[in-house]
Amino acid sequence: MLYIKNLYAGVEDQEILKGINLEINAGEVHAIMGPNGSGKSTLASVVAGKEEFEISQGEIFLENENIAELAPEERAHKGIFLSFQYPVEIPGVSVTNFIKTAINERRKAQGQEDMPANEMLKKIREKAALLEMDKRFLSRSLNEGFSGGEKKRNEIFQMAMLEPKLAILDETDSGLDIDALRIVANGVNKLRNDNNAVLIITHYQRLLDHIIPDYVHVLMDGKIVKSGPKELAYELEEKGYDWIKEEMKTA
Amino acid sequence: MSLKDKLVSSFFAFEDYIDADSHIHDIRSAAIKNFEHQGFPTKKDESWKYTSLNAILKEDYCVFPKKENSVEFKDVKRYFIHDIDSYKVVFIDGIYSSFLSETTHDKYDICVMASAMNKSKYQPIMEAYFNKIAKTDSFSSLNTAFAREGAYINIPKHKEVDKPIEIINFSTGNEAALMVQPRNLIVVEENSHVQIIERHQSLTENAVLTNVVSEIFVGKNATVDLYKIQNDKSNASLIDNTFIEQKRGSQASVHTFAFGGKITRNNLNFYQKGEGCNSILKGITIIEDKQHVDHNTLVNHIEPNCESHQDYKGIFADRAVSVFNGKIVVEKEAQKTDAFQQNNNILINDNATINAKPQLEIFADDVKCSHGCTIGQLDEEALFYLQSRGIAKKEARALLMFAFASNVLESVKIPELKARITKLIAKKIGVNLGFEL
Repeated sequence: MLYIKNLYAGVEDQEILKGINLEINAGEVHAIMGPNGSGKSTLASVVAGKEEFEISQGEIFLENENIAELAPEERAHKGIFLSFQYPVEIPGVSVTNFIKTAINERRKAQGQEDMPANEMLKKIREKAALLEMDKRFLSRSLNEGFSGGEKKRNEIFQMAMLEPKLAILDETDSGLDIDALRIVANGVNKLRNDNNAVLIITHYQRLLDHIIPDYVHVLMDGKIVKSGPKELAYELEEKGYDWIKEEMKTA
Repeated sequence: MSLKDKLVSSFFAFEDYIDADSHIHDIRSAAIKNFEHQGFPTKKDESWKYTSLNAILKEDYCVFPKKENSVEFKDVKRYFIHDIDSYKVVFIDGIYSSFLSETTHDKYDICVMASAMNKSKYQPIMEAYFNKIAKTDSFSSLNTAFAREGAYINIPKHKEVDKPIEIINFSTGNEAALMVQPRNLIVVEENSHVQIIERHQSLTENAVLTNVVSEIFVGKNATVDLYKIQNDKSNASLIDNTFIEQKRGSQASVHTFAFGGKITRNNLNFYQKGEGCNSILKGITIIEDKQHVDHNTLVNHIEPNCESHQDYKGIFADRAVSVFNGKIVVEKEAQKTDAFQQNNNILINDNATINAKPQLEIFADDVKCSHGCTIGQLDEEALFYLQSRGIAKKEARALLMFAFASNVLESVKIPELKARITKLIAKKIGVNLGFEL
């Protein structure tokens, strides 16, 4: 599904990602953990196509197609979705209108007609129910005045509507209380299937109690320094990151 | 001959032509003297520091067209908010068009200034209100000197006007270059309510200079909502002088949608002459090319317990230049004033300019006054957010610009007008957003 090969990227003179290699197959969930400033969010942004970051070396493949040069919207049309750590507020545009626009823009890019209104409505109702979202919520301005939990739920609602091939969840658990965390995780789990993949970026192991990863990677100083099964997350939670640094030194 | 000389020397012929014996002869004569003495403002005048009139004053304008021109309704239909039933007071090249207008004398007077000036039944209102709050600055004086035609609206006590009033001034271009000076008088008495839409529209590419004065009196507990649509051709300029006097418990709102024209100057003045008044000033300015829009506002808090809310949004592209000069004066007696002013601007590219100057003069000690001003670019993070959802950059930018202006649009109380303005904005920013906003 996603194959990142020797990726170097950063802003202006500062390199942030320093040779990332990562392969995620369809049907898998991967988690990337790491201390602050290790480059986790940068990796998410670079895969989604944020123009602020310059790729100096390496390639990003989505289903065997190199997407490193594509605009963010083109990547979205091909099936990449990024759930933002800090979703942006857009006053004057309702959640419903926004998601309609996003879906129809993708259909347009794929040479399809707009989604028929009744089909759209049905889908919106179904996905809103999945995320336990109130109807009134859908007519509110996008993210404006939403609580932290509402914003994250709205992100996963958009993911559910857009049905991406690769969903990247950037710190989706931050700012969530335990109920919201359960709803969000439940939503993501229901959307998982053999044809899509999820990349979770997180500080903490608690989201991984709900969305069980197949692999856990440790990102430090712009490189993946250790990968392992889901148990690695518990080990990190318990012991922190220093022991990995020690391990690296000895190696 | 300079435009000033031409205007001064035309004055006697003008008065002769209309009616030199009119009871406002003295007012006109004093006004032309006043104008002659002051001349047109230059950049040396503090309040005109950022707006040069040289480019528009050099035209050889026809200053008082006598010939009646006509236009076909089908050619101008799109300038009316035609989805709604409305009263219409329409002028073509400064002369009243009874054909395009729909006036009334039924429960209230919605008609024209020329007849108000000449008929005795209007005399009491004219004497009580005409030229009572217009300033004696250059442009207002000039308008007073040549005051002949415009809208005359008088709403007596306890009347809810059943439909909005559209005041539209068309210029046909039958004169190579035309100067028109509409004069509006709007008197809304105690407890009444009226909504007014004002528009100045050129129908050709010829040069037009409009110098309009509107005097608006809002009686006790009355409400006036005024919407100005300024979306004119690239060779049309507008000097808009609006003066609003409010009595106790009244509410007055002015929305100014400035989307085009060569030079547009809005002198918008509120005088609160009673307790518990609320004044609302809102604007959306979206301009490009070399367009120039200058908002010059004054809210004069004279009595205690009054409020004012100002919110101006601006989006500027290319070499467009804009000015926001917002002055709030809180006089000594005006305790417990709550005055708020907000001015937010987005510069789309490096060559666009905004000159923002908030001014607060506070002489009372127990007041709440705040102002905020921002100048920035579109938020890159927000742009990325929209793009990451599959919305192309151009549409994403448009969506953000729309979002930026949306709260001003929200307060438009006439749904058909709101839909029209939304479409105008979508057209301005050059996108089809794929859904009705």
